[in-house]
Amino acid sequence: MKQAGIVIEMENGRVKETSLGMITLAGRTADSLTAMVMSGITDDITDHLSEYGVHTIVDLSLPDAPEIRRNPAVQATAVVHAARELKLDRILGLSSPEGKDLLPRVAALLDAPLIMDCVDADLKTGTATTSQYSGKMMAKIQLTGEILMFGVRPNAVLPESKPVPAKTIAMTMDAVVPENIILLSRDEADTEGRQSLAEADIIIAGGRGLKNKDNFSLIFDCAEKLNAAPAASRVAVDEGWVPYAFQVGQTGEKVSPQVYIACGISGSIQHFAGMKTAKMIIAVNKDENTAMMANCDYQVQGDLFAILPEIMRQL
Amino acid sequence: MQIYVCVKHVPDSAANIHMIDNRNIDDSVPFLMNPYDEHAVTEAAALKKQIPDSEIIAVCLGKKDAESTLRSALAMGADRGVLVETDDMCDSMTTARVLHAAIIRDGGADIILTGKESIDSEGMQTQFRIGALFDFPVVTNAASLEITNGKARVGCELAGGRTRTYELTLPCVIGAGRGLNTPIYPTFPDVVKSRKKPIETVARSQLNVSDAPGSAKIISMTPLVQKRNPRKIIGTPAEQAAEIIRILRQEAKVLS
Repeated sequence: MKQAGIVIEMENGRVKETSLGMITLAGRTADSLTAMVMSGITDDITDHLSEYGVHTIVDLSLPDAPEIRRNPAVQATAVVHAARELKLDRILGLSSPEGKDLLPRVAALLDAPLIMDCVDADLKTGTATTSQYSGKMMAKIQLTGEILMFGVRPNAVLPESKPVPAKTIAMTMDAVVPENIILLSRDEADTEGRQSLAEADIIIAGGRGLKNKDNFSLIFDCAEKLNAAPAASRVAVDEGWVPYAFQVGQTGEKVSPQVYIACGISGSIQHFAGMKTAKMIIAVNKDENTAMMANCDYQVQGDLFAILPEIMRQL
Repeated sequence: MQIYVCVKHVPDSAANIHMIDNRNIDDSVPFLMNPYDEHAVTEAAALKKQIPDSEIIAVCLGKKDAESTLRSALAMGADRGVLVETDDMCDSMTTARVLHAAIIRDGGADIILTGKESIDSEGMQTQFRIGALFDFPVVTNAASLEITNGKARVGCELAGGRTRTYELTLPCVIGAGRGLNTPIYPTFPDVVKSRKKPIETVARSQLNVSDAPGSAKIISMTPLVQKRNPRKIIGTPAEQAAEIIRILRQEAKVLS
């Protein structure tokens, strides 16, 4: 019996689509699915999770104080506690920005193997498929151990409805508040109304072709209109046009959106390493002879300074 | 302060990777220090400037060749290096155990710095495992670091420009992100000086490392090539824009 525990991420009080996709992935090979929720459970959350195949919903009952509840070291001890109490032998979470700070903590505490950024996982055989060598290779990895952990790449699997009856349980534990790691603050100001890169359906990215910092606002404006996440190539970051957090590529974010719109990006091997698993690539460039134009689904040869404003006007 | 920096010897990010069988890559490509580890070494050098009498020890687990990555760390400001030599590919559970044992054998750490991930195996977890073995607090993707009175104040980056600020009690483990600093580019005199700095080589078998209770092992690997056949979207900018919108709506179904 493979008892899978799934760490659920929420956004504005709702279960994230990417978390539902992870439930679908786990449901293919696990015997039972337990969702671990950190923010308290409502009827809406229960209905939503059971609609996608979750059998048991656990309220991790974290303390209310935000600096404690949001401290990933505190969250990790709660997940570990639940995993042991409920005898879970598979633990999944998203390889999202939050997940990258949480899952390895859980793995380290449990001394359990973990594969991050999985695009596929078989919980029965304990194998996972993930990228290696900065996205240049796909590796199949065999995990061994009592508890196996999988960090699932957001959007790797789309959610499929599979209704089952679900029960809810509350964990009763005194959260261990570590004294040696204190969360002082969390700055969320920059994200208001903006899509996260790892989880966006559409990403619109700019590169050298934007020419300067002022022009780069065109990417942000267009992203807002398309409800897309804005992104950048390394050149744009190194030139100081946008902060590093927007960089897609080998030493930036690795993304798998439904659509990646590359504007004025030539397509270095390092940039492709971060986005080549996009389902569709649309390249906009003046120059037809770039790697991005040669390896995309739709080639738009032309002036991005004319085309992007047209897209915004027509929407 | 005893500053340990864990560095990894990885294929150059610009290199094309080829397979020699279905599990191993052709390792005749150039290898360099993992780019995130360069930020860790650079930060260590900055800490040493701020806190005199500090010593920076670079530690690496790898093949004999990995010595060149330790030499780079020495040229960037580390005082000495420790190479734990092995021909095996080690997973993060084993790597953390070996690095933990090597640091204990060498002395005690006040702070351990390393990159937030390696660009070859992309595990994102060794720093957390080292922290758990020492029972030290850990943060990852650090973008700022300030040490005062035995406490480290660290700003860490989440995606989309969000940050979290932590206060850690030393000793602690820091996973360096790209926002932390600009890596030192060693000058020629630095490189010459680094040749005189000592590197100790220890065989992995010399360290008493217990087996991990689990493992992660590559069973097969294939190049990720996605051959796409571009279709051209032609016309005036307005026509091209209209066609892009149509594709987003009707084909990709990502726009309402």
